[in-house]
Parts: sequence; C-alpha cells; structure tokens
Amino acid sequence: MRVRLVVTFVLVALVSAVTATALAYRDARTAVLQRTQNTAVNDLRERVAAVAPGLDLPPDQQSLSRFAAKVSEGLGARVVVVRHQDLSAVSDAYADTEGRITPELRAAVRAGDGARFQRVQWRGDPYLVVGTPVTYADGDRRTSGLEVFVITDLRAERDDTAALLDSVRTGTVPVVVLAALLALLAAGTVLRPVRKLGRATRELAAGDLGSRVAVRGHDELAELARTFNETADALQASDAELRAQEAKARRFVADVSHELRTPLAAMTMVATVLEEDADQLPPDAAHAARTVGAETARLSRLVEDLMEISRFDAGAVRLNASVTDLADTVRASLALRGWTDRVTLELREDVRAVVDRRRVDVIVANLVGNALRHGAPPVTVTLAAPGGDRVTLEVADGGPGLPPEARERVFDRFYKADAARTRSTTGGGDQGGGGPGEDGSLGQDGFGQDGFGQGSGLGMAIALENARLHGGTIEVGQRPQGGAVFTLRLPLRHLEEEGDG
Amino acid sequence: MPHVLLIEDDASVRDGMELVLRRHGYGVETAATGEQALALLAGERGARVELAVLDLMLPGMDGFEVCRRIRARTATLPVIMLTARGDDRDIVTGLEAGADDYVVKPVTAPVLEARIRAALRRAEPYPRQGPGAQALDADRTDHAGLVIDRAGLTVTKHGTAVPLPPTELRVLLELSASPGRVLTREQLLASVWDHTFLGDSRLVDAAVGRLRAKIEDVPARPRYVQTVRGFGYRFGPL
Repeated sequence: MRVRLVVTFVLVALVSAVTATALAYRDARTAVLQRTQNTAVNDLRERVAAVAPGLDLPPDQQSLSRFAAKVSEGLGARVVVVRHQDLSAVSDAYADTEGRITPELRAAVRAGDGARFQRVQWRGDPYLVVGTPVTYADGDRRTSGLEVFVITDLRAERDDTAALLDSVRTGTVPVVVLAALLALLAAGTVLRPVRKLGRATRELAAGDLGSRVAVRGHDELAELARTFNETADALQASDAELRAQEAKARRFVADVSHELRTPLAAMTMVATVLEEDADQLPPDAAHAARTVGAETARLSRLVEDLMEISRFDAGAVRLNASVTDLADTVRASLALRGWTDRVTLELREDVRAVVDRRRVDVIVANLVGNALRHGAPPVTVTLAAPGGDRVTLEVADGGPGLPPEARERVFDRFYKADAARTRSTTGGGDQGGGGPGEDGSLGQDGFGQDGFGQGSGLGMAIALENARLHGGTIEVGQRPQGGAVFTLRLPLRHLEEEGDG
Repeated sequence: MPHVLLIEDDASVRDGMELVLRRHGYGVETAATGEQALALLAGERGARVELAVLDLMLPGMDGFEVCRRIRARTATLPVIMLTARGDDRDIVTGLEAGADDYVVKPVTAPVLEARIRAALRRAEPYPRQGPGAQALDADRTDHAGLVIDRAGLTVTKHGTAVPLPPTELRVLLELSASPGRVLTREQLLASVWDHTFLGDSRLVDAAVGRLRAKIEDVPARPRYVQTVRGFGYRFGPL
C-alpha cells in the first residue's frame, strides 16, 4: 500500500513536470527562434531598402562587393552574401557560404517576391539564413535579379534553450524526490490509521474483544474507526452477555447437582436397608424396594455425571498424571466392576504412559460399560502401541453395530442410540447381577456399583472429554463382521509434562 | 463394637447413616454441628468414639475447622471426610486439614462401611519389620535419629515423641519397612488404605505432606520420605 502510493505520487509528479517543461520548452524555443527570425528578416529588409538605391544595375563584381559590405555594416557580425546572376559577393571573404545557403532557399528566393528563411545545420552548429530578392521601388515590383542573403549565427539561442532544458532537467530530480517525500508523508498519515485499524481488527479476530482504535479528526477514516469501535462494543457486550448466561447455566447445573446430593445421600443410605430386607417383604413391596434401590443408584450416577460434565464445562478439571501401566489400569477397571469374566482381553504388557489413572479408568469403564450394555458378547479390549508416540485401546463388541447417523452422535450428551442396539428392556438391575453395591465392590463416582442398567446418557461425552484432556481422541467405527468398535488414542507423553502432586 | 461419631447437619442423611451402621453392629453417636461434636468428644461419651465421619459443609464451624480441632486434641482418632463437594480443591483442602480418607456424597452403605473398616484397621498394630535399618530390639529401628517402634506404634525423633495419626503412621511404617525401595501411590493406596480406588492418589500425597511436616527437619526438602517424580515415594536413602 505504501509502495503503491509512493510510486503513484512520483509518477504523477514526473508526468506533470515533464509535460509542463516540455510545453514550456517548446514555447520558449519557438519564441526565441521566432524573435531572431523576425529580427533577422526585418533587419535585412531595412538594410537592403537603405542600401539598394545606391547600387547601379547591373552591378559589376566590385560594386557588388561594396554593396555586400554596406549591407553587412548595419547588421553586425553577420555574413552577407549578394548575388546577381553569375556574380556573387561575400562580406566576409573567409566564410564558406555555399554549405549554408542551400539550393532550395536560393530557388525559393529567386521564385518568390519576399524574404525567405531557413534554419540549417553547418558543422554541427545551427544557423539562420535569410534571403530576399531586391525589387525595384517603382510600383510594379519587378525583380532586379539581385538577391541578398544574410547568415545569422544561432549558437547563442541554441545555448539559451539548451540551458533552459538543463535547468529543467536538474530541477526534475528534486521535484521527484520532493514528491516521494510528500507521498511518504501522505502514506504515513493515511496508512497509520489504516494500519492501526488493521491491527485492532486482527486482535478482535484473535479474541481480544477489548481492542479499540483511537478516533482522530472527522474524516472518512475517523468514521471508519468509530464504526469499528461501535462494532467491537456491540460484540463485546453480546459476548459478555453470552458468557454470563453460560456461566449462569453452568452454575445452575452445578448447584442443582450439588443440591440433589444431600437427599440422594439419605436415599442411597436407606435404600440399602430396604434392599437387604426385600426378601422378607411381600412380592410387591420387595419389587418396590428393589426398584427404589436401582433407581436411586441410577439417579446418583446421573448426578455424578452431571457434576463431572459441568466441571468440564467450567474448565475446572485438572490432569493428575503420573507414569501408569496401562494394561494394569484396564485390568483393575474391569475387576473393580466385576466385568473381568465378561470381557476378552488382548493387552500388550509394559505400555507405560503419563496419564491420569482415574480418568483412564473412567474412559475404560464407559467404553466397556457401553459395549456390555448396548452391544453383544464377545466384548474385546485390545491395548496396542502401534509405534510412534501413540497408544490405542480398542473396545469392540459382537452386536449389530451403530448406524452411521448414530456414530456421529454417540458422543452427544443424552444421546440415546437406536432401540435395536439396546439389548434388553428388562432393566439394569437384573442383568447387572445386583443392585447398588451388592457385589460389595468399592465403587467410585457412580461407576462402581453397576455397569449395566440405563446409562446416564453422559458417559460417552465424559469419556471423550477425558480423552481430550489427555490430548487424545475416541473414534467410533464398525468391525467387518458388524459390531461397533471404539478406539481410544492417547499420546505417550513425556515425564517432564507431568504435573507432580 | 466400634463406636462411630457421625457429624452431619442434614437429619435425613444422619438418620440414614445411623440406621445402616447400627444394623451392621456399630455403636453410633451423632452430632448436628461441629461445636456439638467437639463438646461430645470432650465428654464421657467421646471416650468411646473410635472414628469420626465428618461432613464438610456444616452450619457455623465448617468441617475443615472441626477436623483441625479434632487433630489438635487427639492425633489418633481416624477421621473420614464426607463431602458433597467432589471438586479436587475441596477434597485436597479436606485432606490437608488432617482427614484420613474422604468420601463423596452420595455414598452407598457398603462403601461407607468398607471405608470405615479400612480406617479402623489402619489403627491396629503393624506386624512387619523391614531390613536395612539398625535393629534396637525386635520391633524398634533407628533411622538416623528417627526411631520407629512397630510394636508400640510410636515414633520418636532424637528422643522426642512424634504423635502420628494412624494413616500417617501406616504410610511411614509401609515406606520404612523397605528403605530405598520406591512404592507407587497405587501400592501405598492398596497397602495403607486397603482399597483399590483408582487414582485416589490425592490421599497418598496429602498424607505424605502431613507426615513430612511432622518428621522432616525441612519439609520442603525431605530426607526421610522422598518423592520419586512420576513414580511415587521412597524412604531414604538417608
């Protein structure tokens, strides 16, 4: 922009200067030459008119020479040539006149009845040659056959105009430099606000919504700056509003989840008592007691998952990573939930990665729990380190797999997959082999008691968030034989990155 | 039967827990506020209490403060924190206040019971003895001035008794049983806390932090319990 502006300025200045000087030069040169010509012609005419009456016609060589000298006397240092038929006389005997008085001029003078002139170059210098026939002054203007030529030196005029050109030429350089300087100045004053505006726009785009530009003056640029500021204000205001709403929504979810915990804590406690005594109750009451237990456990899991997801939304999660044996972690996750017998393991041993063990456990529990709940046996867990800096964990099942549209949405919150993939409608408690805690395992955050039953609908979203927190991904695909396969990829991070507790 | 003190302001939760624990043979004392709990512990019934389950969010004095006051009074009473706030920050604050374990609400009866059993077991005598230390007699070892008596479950440093709560004592006994050997947080969790909770390494870190504050000359540059970055902890080398 700056370069273009300067170049344009200089070009405009150059064109103007050249055009102006060319016109001025042409006019000046024409004026100078015109004046010289007029002077020469008039001088010659006057001189001839004054001297001619004293010449007898036809002249002899001597009288012709005298005549030439006489004409020359009044014309200064100009060479005068007088011709009459074959005779010719020159005022300066040493001057070479033949080269300067061209045949065309002589022919023109002889044929015409007035003064004729011609500019000629002779030995590199310009000369003005004026020729006139001498006529009788008796009215009928007969030509006397006498022709007078005067050669005027034009070197002085040439030098004058050359000097003019020179001065113009030397003057062009400062003009162009001045134009360039002015252009730079203009570019500065015009471009600085533009550049500031550009920087502010970039900052705004980069997320700095407080970016503003100073408004100076009342021109179009100031107007643009003002508009930019107003846009940024509006953007900032709506962003703040959105953020406030989002924070409010997050806080609401967290508060609700939190408030739910206290009654849930009481219900969870007494539900155990009910379930323990269910065998001694009438069948209806026993069923009711077991249902209350199962639903309380489900509600607890939902609240836990809601709290976990609101922690992710609030950015309040922190990776508590240390060097971890992954095969070991997978086995422990399954053992903790009593799934060891239901899952086929193909684990590569001695794969150690810097991960948050608790979060990997959550991922494994959700992926395997999902496969057990919605897929069909055999459920296979494969741990591999396919080289490089990645480790993969595949959870595959023998079920019908996921239709493509479900694959895209399976990580969405509260997404319920196609009913065809839900294996059973008899309820979780039956398949899970026990209500909350009956297996006696020491549960953890809603996953320990019961991996079956209805999920909270947040499990896969939480698994994905946990994978992302590690810089990893979870992909869902289809096995050739039909079942769904979820692939967790985790980077094998270096020890230095770990947050030591 | 072990006596448990429940400090919980919500009557339903308190009644539920009391009901469950009584059915499983525990003696139960209850307190609705921290002040009430401290008064009870100071009294005649307080002498019977072997473990406290402490809610963090209490009216008036909060759970952190109650825990600190209990610790100031007795080093040996196991405290399990029961928190409705599952955020890392709250849990770590609770553990640093001196709790031996934490449980996030809602908790099922079997889990609560298991954690109570584990906490009580930690207060029992510790039979093992490790090599590599200079044996004074059958159960006492001297590690550069830090004398650990495994039979009497006492620790003295340069002749001065260092009272340690059961969890910290267990951590020290576990680590000093094999000086120089690195134990991962998971190993310590399994052997000291007696449970397989994955990733509850905050318990270990908090207990080690409190232990260092009591036995190290400069807790920031520990000599006895050293951190092995990325793996766990090690006793010595001295």
